[in-house]
Amino acid sequence: MPGAFPVSVYCAAPEDRPEEKPVARELQPGVELQPEVEPMSGADGHGAVLLEGKDLELWRGEQRLFTKVSFQLRAGELLHIVGPNGCGKTSLLRVLCGLTLPETGEVYWRSKKLARNRADFHASTCYLGHRESLKADLTAEENLVFPLGLRAWLSKADLHAALDKVGLSKRLSVPARSLSAGQKRRVSLARALASGAKLWILDEPYTNLDIAGRDLVDQMMSEHLQRDGLVLLVAHQAHGVAAGVTRKLELG
Amino acid sequence: MEWPGLGTAFWLQLTRDLKLAFRHVGQAANPLMFFVMVTTLFPLALSPAPELLMAIAPGVIWVSALLASLLAAESLFRQDIEDGTMEQLALSPQPLSLLLLAKTTSHWLMTGLPLVLMAPVVGHALFLPAEAVPATMLALLLATPVLSLAGAVMAALTVGLRRGGGLLSLLILPIVMPVLIFGARATDMAMQGLDVSGVMYLLAAVLLLAVSLAPAGMAAAMRISLD
Repeated sequence: MPGAFPVSVYCAAPEDRPEEKPVARELQPGVELQPEVEPMSGADGHGAVLLEGKDLELWRGEQRLFTKVSFQLRAGELLHIVGPNGCGKTSLLRVLCGLTLPETGEVYWRSKKLARNRADFHASTCYLGHRESLKADLTAEENLVFPLGLRAWLSKADLHAALDKVGLSKRLSVPARSLSAGQKRRVSLARALASGAKLWILDEPYTNLDIAGRDLVDQMMSEHLQRDGLVLLVAHQAHGVAAGVTRKLELG
Repeated sequence: MEWPGLGTAFWLQLTRDLKLAFRHVGQAANPLMFFVMVTTLFPLALSPAPELLMAIAPGVIWVSALLASLLAAESLFRQDIEDGTMEQLALSPQPLSLLLLAKTTSHWLMTGLPLVLMAPVVGHALFLPAEAVPATMLALLLATPVLSLAGAVMAALTVGLRRGGGLLSLLILPIVMPVLIFGARATDMAMQGLDVSGVMYLLAAVLLLAVSLAPAGMAAAMRISLD
């Protein structure tokens, strides 16, 4: 099936390490790519392969988390990584954003190895982890000015627009310690919105959010994909992004 | 893609850390409190005889300054690791070494510089002759940044460990021994009216070495701790 090649997860190859179980199983593809889209090479336009993982394998102590994970992610696509607890979803995200070095395999960004292309990759990436990385003493606005200021020249208007979009415009002057868990998550979502990043790496973005908040995440992701952005999503629940640009990678 | 320059990044990190530190002045003042307490306890515990206190003054001042810096190093990166801020720093397009150097600079401004400024008061309590005070302050000014930088490298290395506190002291102490020796010697020589320029040059050389090497060490150690 030539149209569906980008994601491929194979069974674990037998190796000489003891007590192994196959940790990755056959891919259950989501909806396939529209075949009429021709990949553009060298550009950021729709369909260009920007992020690529090749034969990634990661061990934690004596336990192998995953092996032979390969995929390609094109501009305007979402990759939904699913799997049971402890199967290495977050670890895979950390490998893909360059925080953890994989045992074997390489991650490529714009066809260059991540290690050689770190500054450009990190300038184009926004990572939302389990922890909100907010300082309890600073307001939502103060919290965001710093991480966004490191990446780009940021206007107050853009920042306020992002905070407005996530529904925090009335809580601008409140220190983060007084925000609820869901509101803190919304601050992080505003960081992704205002970052202007090409690639969003979202680790359980739905956590602590109410129903309206979950819809907001879906809407944000859909709009980001329409702008030819890329999304790497780890979530246990189904996402609400329209099929056609989404694919699924199953670990564990 | 373009992102702001190194100067901007350094300034953003420095001002943010200072702002945070000023919201918890009590915590930031801990090393200074320690420094003042230890040095003022000696006259109480020993005898208040000026000759005795004058003789031990260089040692007491420098050992207290060293231990106060050790005390401060432990908390340097811990908070940022726990709330996930460090991951975001490592994932920003700016060099991690520069950001950690900015963090260390702010840390020194809050914990190292106060020791320098407090030295005349502490010296007075220990009957340090007035002519030795400027030399002591200058030597502390050169030495405390080295203590902060060395502490930062080791803190970055041990911050991933659950209980790295004791290990941290063990790692830092051998490295900063030359600073202690030259620093105490500077105070001692100034008390005897000798020329201290040689010792000062040595301390300045150690500082330059630390400023040029420590940031790369911190960044490498921090990436290991984050892995």
